[in-house]
Amino acid sequence: MFDIDNINEIWQTIARNKTRSLLTAFGVFWGIFILVILLACGNGFNNGLQSQIEGFATNSSFMIPNNTTVAYKGYQKDRVWHLDMSDMEAIKTKIKGIDDLSPISSQWTFNGENNVFYGIKGGNFSMKGVLPNYNEIDRCKVLYGRFINETDIAEARKVCVLGKKVYEDVIGADKNPLGLMIKANGIYYQVVGVVEAYNGNVSIMGTINETVVLPLTTMQIAYHTGNKFDFFMFTTARGYNTKEVQVEVKTLLRERHDIAPDDEGAFMCFDLEDVFTMFDYLFLGIKILIWIVGIGTLLSGVVGVSNIMLVTIKERTREIGVRRALGAKPSVIIRQVMAESLLLTILAGIVGLVIGVAIMAVVSGFVGNTPSKDVMFLDPQIGLGAAVAATIIIVLSGLLAGVLPAIRAIQIKAIDAIREE
Amino acid sequence: MIKLENINKTYFGAQPLHVLKGINLNVEEGELVSIMGASGSGKSTLLNIIGILDNYDDGDYYLAGKLVKNLSENQAAEFRNKLIGFIFQSFNLIPFKTALENVALPLFYQGVNRKKRNMMAMEYLERFGLKNWADHYPNELSGGQKQRVSIARALVTSPKLILADEPTGALDSKTSAEVMQILREVNATGITMVVVTHERGIANLTRKIVHLKDGLIESIEENDPDKMDFTKEIK
Repeated sequence: MFDIDNINEIWQTIARNKTRSLLTAFGVFWGIFILVILLACGNGFNNGLQSQIEGFATNSSFMIPNNTTVAYKGYQKDRVWHLDMSDMEAIKTKIKGIDDLSPISSQWTFNGENNVFYGIKGGNFSMKGVLPNYNEIDRCKVLYGRFINETDIAEARKVCVLGKKVYEDVIGADKNPLGLMIKANGIYYQVVGVVEAYNGNVSIMGTINETVVLPLTTMQIAYHTGNKFDFFMFTTARGYNTKEVQVEVKTLLRERHDIAPDDEGAFMCFDLEDVFTMFDYLFLGIKILIWIVGIGTLLSGVVGVSNIMLVTIKERTREIGVRRALGAKPSVIIRQVMAESLLLTILAGIVGLVIGVAIMAVVSGFVGNTPSKDVMFLDPQIGLGAAVAATIIIVLSGLLAGVLPAIRAIQIKAIDAIREE
Repeated sequence: MIKLENINKTYFGAQPLHVLKGINLNVEEGELVSIMGASGSGKSTLLNIIGILDNYDDGDYYLAGKLVKNLSENQAAEFRNKLIGFIFQSFNLIPFKTALENVALPLFYQGVNRKKRNMMAMEYLERFGLKNWADHYPNELSGGQKQRVSIARALVTSPKLILADEPTGALDSKTSAEVMQILREVNATGITMVVVTHERGIANLTRKIVHLKDGLIESIEENDPDKMDFTKEIK
């Protein structure tokens, strides 16, 4: 179909009206260009957001007690209730489907004054009391020493693990922190480790980078909270449904703390699966939108090509008629018209694809492809799959654009050309 | 060469128009025939049917011994391409192609390769004294040159039959005479030729003049063009 003669024939007709061909082609170029840019930007945001939540166990749930909202068993509503370690034991023994169960206590300093000191250097940071398995849910890299261990918990040792920023601000990044004593909220703790969050963007009551981490038992003694703590996280074991496990946990807690069965307000409960699913749907939505907008833009380009070609065919009635009289078969005419439309759209589309990809490559060079805390836009490029899809779409739209003009062209009989007006 | 038996043709429009009402005509191989008639007599329609550009309702049309009836578009295209050369009043050259490309076009549809077809086209252009004009576009040519190009285009496929529809209609008398001279020379090589015209002077240059009136053949006049001094009689 595409031997040199045919290409010559096609090129002659396209080049005959350069401005018109160019403007027509621009519609398709623009459609593909926009599609590529949109897809790349969509990918960029997707990558950016994915990098924000990377490193955090996606099957983790949070359970935070709240004031009751329903009066029950003689208790008034608005009652304050607390979680304690016996709840953890009960959950562990009675509920299957939980991998890690991690109670947490936290201390905030709201007035903004420095509360953590080493020597004269200080900073304002939150404190968190955790069990060793905290590390299973909010994963962190150990930069120095170790994380909290079982012995720390059992002996309620006065030790602490510093978040990276705490270490840098209070001790100084050039100093070995191990064994140093720091003062936090008036009490001295020995530093046994420094950690950095794999992901500094997901924070449970503050990111761990800006937290002084204590053994939970030490925290309970230091702040006189007995065996109570503030909230807990748990991860769902493989093969169990997070939502069902959450309901079981709530039911157990309702029994143990005399909370009304219909009191949903007494718990603040959410899981990252929710968040992740939401993101997934969000991005699915964005993706669908992008394709609709992109294809829509492209379609108007295709309609443009089709439209112009219809006009061109009309103008060429006599020429096509003469060709027919000289022995051009209908298939030859169809081929020529289709090939014209194909060549025009493919050229325009490929240019659009290349320029779109090139521009996004430049943008990507500026944005970079390494995750960072404040960039929500990462590596905005289209994949090979999308590029192939775009190419297929270009070819299909070229064929589509050619159909109507081709049908119109073969309706021209040789006699139409001969008939003198 | 051409055998028409009781050809009928009606155009169905708002008012059905019975254009050809039973045409019987024989044209032998190598003949030079003109068809004359007032406008509306059906002469163009007849030429279109002979040229397989149009179909007919009734009767039989044999071209070179083959029945031409209810042909598919493809068959018709092939017949036209192989057997018939067309010459039109308004030349119908393709404006964005050079004289050479225009002449080579029918060969393109025959699938002749580029080199050979350009060579053949050049041969024919040379024959009609247009070698130096091969790379010119139609709008750079005079009327007579254009018609010579279109004659070259009609001949390039070595057809058995040339159909000319008012070949001199758009030309002045001097050029008309030249073109007719060329057509007569072409006919002398043995190619059958049918010319539609309403000019008596043109018709006088043919051996057989078919007079058409109201869709019927009124008379067929035998004529000896060699007795005519066509340079004076024309127009």
